[in-house]
Amino acid sequence: MTDLQLPLTDAAALHAGDSVTLNGTVYTARDAAHARFLEAIDAGEELPFDVSGATIYFVGPTPARPGHVIGSAGPTTASRCDAYSPALVERGLAAMIGKGRRNAEVKTSMLEHGCVYFGAIEGTAALLSQCITSAEIVAYEDLGAEAVRKLTIENFPALVVNDLHGGDLYDDGPARYRR
Amino acid sequence: MVDMVRAGDRCGEVVRVSELRTVDVAEVEAVVRKLCVEANHELREDHVAALERGRDAEESPIGREVFDRLLENARVSAAEQIAFCQDTGYAVVFLTIGQDVHFTGGSLAEAIDRGVAEGYSDGYLRASLVRSPVDRVNTGDNTPAMVHYDLVPGSGIELTLLVKGAGCDNMSALTMLTPAAGVEGMKRFVVETIEKAGPSASPPVTVGIGMGGTFDRAAVLAKRALTRNPTGSRSPDPKLADLEAELVDAINATGIGPAGFGGTVTTVAVHVEAYPTHIAAFPVAINLDCHSHRVRSVTL
Repeated sequence: MTDLQLPLTDAAALHAGDSVTLNGTVYTARDAAHARFLEAIDAGEELPFDVSGATIYFVGPTPARPGHVIGSAGPTTASRCDAYSPALVERGLAAMIGKGRRNAEVKTSMLEHGCVYFGAIEGTAALLSQCITSAEIVAYEDLGAEAVRKLTIENFPALVVNDLHGGDLYDDGPARYRR
Repeated sequence: MVDMVRAGDRCGEVVRVSELRTVDVAEVEAVVRKLCVEANHELREDHVAALERGRDAEESPIGREVFDRLLENARVSAAEQIAFCQDTGYAVVFLTIGQDVHFTGGSLAEAIDRGVAEGYSDGYLRASLVRSPVDRVNTGDNTPAMVHYDLVPGSGIELTLLVKGAGCDNMSALTMLTPAAGVEGMKRFVVETIEKAGPSASPPVTVGIGMGGTFDRAAVLAKRALTRNPTGSRSPDPKLADLEAELVDAINATGIGPAGFGGTVTTVAVHVEAYPTHIAAFPVAINLDCHSHRVRSVTL
């Protein structure tokens, strides 16, 4: 288990299948927020946060109970944002956290611009919420659970899925156990 | 409340007397509210047992760790009353109603929706439904429920709530096979669907399969098959039971494994339901449910 600080300083040292814990700042965004990012880019407007060096976590949390920082907060399917991710990766997005495969276009873009994709486990959403120590909405509040939130995460467990060397855990892992 | 109703007299002789049971829809509303909260916070015990069996069978170290975390998540979500998964899903309701039940107090459908809205609000659950696939405006209270009604003899009421995540529902599939493609074609379609879903369906999955009927009937059968209790139990029909065992093996042979990280357990349960169909048809619907398999039933 490697303890990593975000933003990543040595992404090239990571390899698909590495078990890591993530610490630092991430921004939440899923389908609806990504659609707005692209609208902003097309309109020549600023994005709600500086994507260069940033990490996006694909998640739409449940409402926080009183006294809690956030509700249940596991990863959602990243591929629904495949149509949007390359535009952000080209602008320097350094890492993404989600679940499920990325398409060829996203993976090519990630290799070209140096972006790592981490996989987390959706069915551990209650545990993952305990790794989030602060949460604030920074954009698109009208989207509710889909609003963009700035989160601080600590000891957030994940696996490296797509590294900077072309490795893909979703190919390599199953290949070892296929009968 | 039970009313005696004389259904009809013929030549002065009572030909049928049925007991009419009156149920206030407020009772249904309260039950739906309670089940929404319970199902989202506490996995059914038999599903926890299925996950434990999966962990014991899993050969991959990462896969076993995924199972351990899922089980730990189940403990924490129940203890802390934090939703097991942030996708608190569609509220799918199977309502089986005895034909001698008379509902009072307003619309049954509206009462179910009120129960969902209250449960999702009280339980700090995510409102995940939009009013139209076109304009995608959130309804704000996770309504409407997706309700399937069945009318049966008698005066009983059975209500099952399936909290259905969208990630795995998105990976589900339906095909209209030819009779010539047969059971072998069906098995191929199941494995293809699982392969295509890969990690996106959040394995280990529960697989509901509906065979036969019409296009629509097969889909509802598949969804209802997911609710079988206990998870992983076999069909009472020996042919279907054998098919379920074969499919478990074929799905686990894909190597996709827990969370898609690779492993020997991709499914913890395959439930197959069959129904009469047309001489020209072999509909097959496959509904996938992720490791967050959330079901609750109650008899009213």
